[in-house]
Amino acid sequence: MLHEPATPAAKDPSGPYKIKLGVRMFIVYMLFYAIFVAINLMFPKSMGMIVFAGLNLVTVYGFALIIVALIEALIYDLLCRKKEAFYKKQEESTGKA
Amino acid sequence: MAITIFLVFVFFVIGLSLFLGNKTKTSKAYYAAGGNIHWGVNGIAFAGDYLSAASFLGICGMIATLGFDGFLYSIGYLAGWIVALFVVAEPLKRLGKYTFTDAVDANYNSRGIKLTAAISTLVVSICYLIPQMVGAGVLVQPLLGLPHAWGVIMVGAIVITIVATAGMASTTYVQFIKGTLLIIFSTILVAAVVIRGLSTQPDQGGTVEYYRYTDLTAQISGDALIVDDPKYTVLDQQEIKGGYKFVKLSADGMETWWYISETESGLVLHETQSTVMKADGKWINGSLESDTNKLRMVGNLERIDGEGDVETGKLNVFSFLAKLSDKDTLFRTWKTANFVDSSEQKVTVYYPKLVTGDQFMRPGLKFKVEGTFLEKLDFLSLMIALFLGTAALPHILIRYYTVPNPASARKSTIVAIAAIGFFYILTLFMGLGAAINGSINPADSNMSAPLLARSFSEILFAIISAIAFATVLGTVSGLIVAASGAVAHDLFDRYLKIKMTDQQKVRAGKITAFVIGGIAILLGILFKGINVSFLVGLAFAVAASANLPAIIMLLFWKKTTARGIAASITVGILSSLILIAMSPELYTLYGRNPLDAPIPLNNPGIISIPLSFITLVVVSLLTQKKKEIA
Repeated sequence: MLHEPATPAAKDPSGPYKIKLGVRMFIVYMLFYAIFVAINLMFPKSMGMIVFAGLNLVTVYGFALIIVALIEALIYDLLCRKKEAFYKKQEESTGKA
Repeated sequence: MAITIFLVFVFFVIGLSLFLGNKTKTSKAYYAAGGNIHWGVNGIAFAGDYLSAASFLGICGMIATLGFDGFLYSIGYLAGWIVALFVVAEPLKRLGKYTFTDAVDANYNSRGIKLTAAISTLVVSICYLIPQMVGAGVLVQPLLGLPHAWGVIMVGAIVITIVATAGMASTTYVQFIKGTLLIIFSTILVAAVVIRGLSTQPDQGGTVEYYRYTDLTAQISGDALIVDDPKYTVLDQQEIKGGYKFVKLSADGMETWWYISETESGLVLHETQSTVMKADGKWINGSLESDTNKLRMVGNLERIDGEGDVETGKLNVFSFLAKLSDKDTLFRTWKTANFVDSSEQKVTVYYPKLVTGDQFMRPGLKFKVEGTFLEKLDFLSLMIALFLGTAALPHILIRYYTVPNPASARKSTIVAIAAIGFFYILTLFMGLGAAINGSINPADSNMSAPLLARSFSEILFAIISAIAFATVLGTVSGLIVAASGAVAHDLFDRYLKIKMTDQQKVRAGKITAFVIGGIAILLGILFKGINVSFLVGLAFAVAASANLPAIIMLLFWKKTTARGIAASITVGILSSLILIAMSPELYTLYGRNPLDAPIPLNNPGIISIPLSFITLVVVSLLTQKKKEIA
């Protein structure tokens, strides 16, 4: 017997779209993170360069990594909800027909 | 006051657990809180689960002592949530029932996966439990005046009560309350730090007189060291690895240790703090330890923008960071040296080291990003493990089963990212606040955040300490639920196929919670004194090596087989644990020379994670035919 989910989930036609979107957004963020790590390793002294309001590059980049994570998360949710709403509407109109 | 607030919180948590316990009769209620937690509550509970002792105590302590390097943990921990959101959240919710094993085994029904994934859950949970329990022990010492071991035992007992009464339901609400309180009061503490501003003579709002450390000049005459001030007599000299030299001086009947530095104008002896183990007990700074003679709290600025004896007054968040990042700002940081003196007594010296603001506020004091190839590789390895570890932590993954549908799993992850991200920004301010306000215990950096709160008021200290204690409770509860699920659900029920009724499954989970709680208590006592954030970094490496390749590949590679997953999990656990056991940091813990460690890396992820992925691919390709036949 296979494991059943805790709460049975309905079929989600937007699933493939969300997976593709998730992977793309993950790659974008991963690159942003990788550049941060790469600068630290290859040009460590440049991280001390003052870039904004007296703050150095590493502080600004570090905060940006946190803030961009949230912005990407919100964009992802917005796009997912749009797609889910689209399929829901389509399903309702098919049901009515 | 501190004790009262602490006790109120503990009794409230236990009362809540007993109340919810009456409603927890089924295994679904016990392991997944019934699967109907609201996504908003779950999101904050995620934060409560994730923001462990490592985040609150460990990161703040590391920033306080080692500057920006500690904040790299915050960045890595938060970035890991992107993997959880974009790759893992919704698919995992669709696949699993109660445990991580359920999800990876969903398409295979393989005994090999059940066994290895359950063992992996146990190993990762125990690795993660150790730093939480160490953090608990650290907290009760200043809060309740109890020894470390009693703190560990107390947390163990309370957590066992929480988990054994209502499982995931009580755990969720404890984490929700703790997550909310942690963020609110950390914000208050950061606001207080920024409003207080910077001072070269921090006196904690006038409550603690600033202690000015003395420097002496000295000369070398022949082989002898002679202090210019005739009051001092040289008694002993010691040199440790790295060429650091210390001298024991006697003056006015007091024997104290001084750190020797060479300058252009001659030798300078810097006053230190020291502990010496003698036959009649521990001596601190030249006198026997007592209620009035303890190590002084440390951490201050020597110069602000190049000026000494100044106070800035109220600042904003940008000017606060800007002034600390200035190359003309000087931090007085503290390092530790251990040696045996000429009288065969064990000595620990805490000696000062001045670090400029631009050095303190960028990576380099802990992670040698300007060092050798291996040191750089070690840093890269840590950053990879932090990024990939979050989405592989069993106690985090099982929280996805507590919400009703995949969309709720996604939304709760976004709430978690917002809450956790905001908290991690606060850690930088709290750590720096401790570094400049004389709030660091030189013998144990883990208490920096609560001690920073104490520098403002006893009430704030009491609240922050109670929240820190709740932090440990929330995370340990989640870990024990995950571990008990691995044993009772994955091993007993699924792997060994022991016939149990639903109520017996719940009872098995509760009994397992007792046993895991007992193990956690023992480990928490054994690992006393290690920085908790470092230990959590290792748990992340084990999780990322053992679990993440299996999760990613089963979702995205159709040729993944059950044997491939089982082999990958096995290789991931073993390789990461072996690499950690043979690392320089663990060699130091064994009391051996870290240079003798066979593996030169402290963080194993860069080797063990690819190894686990490769194993999965190779074994899956080799077992394709069998899969097709099956």
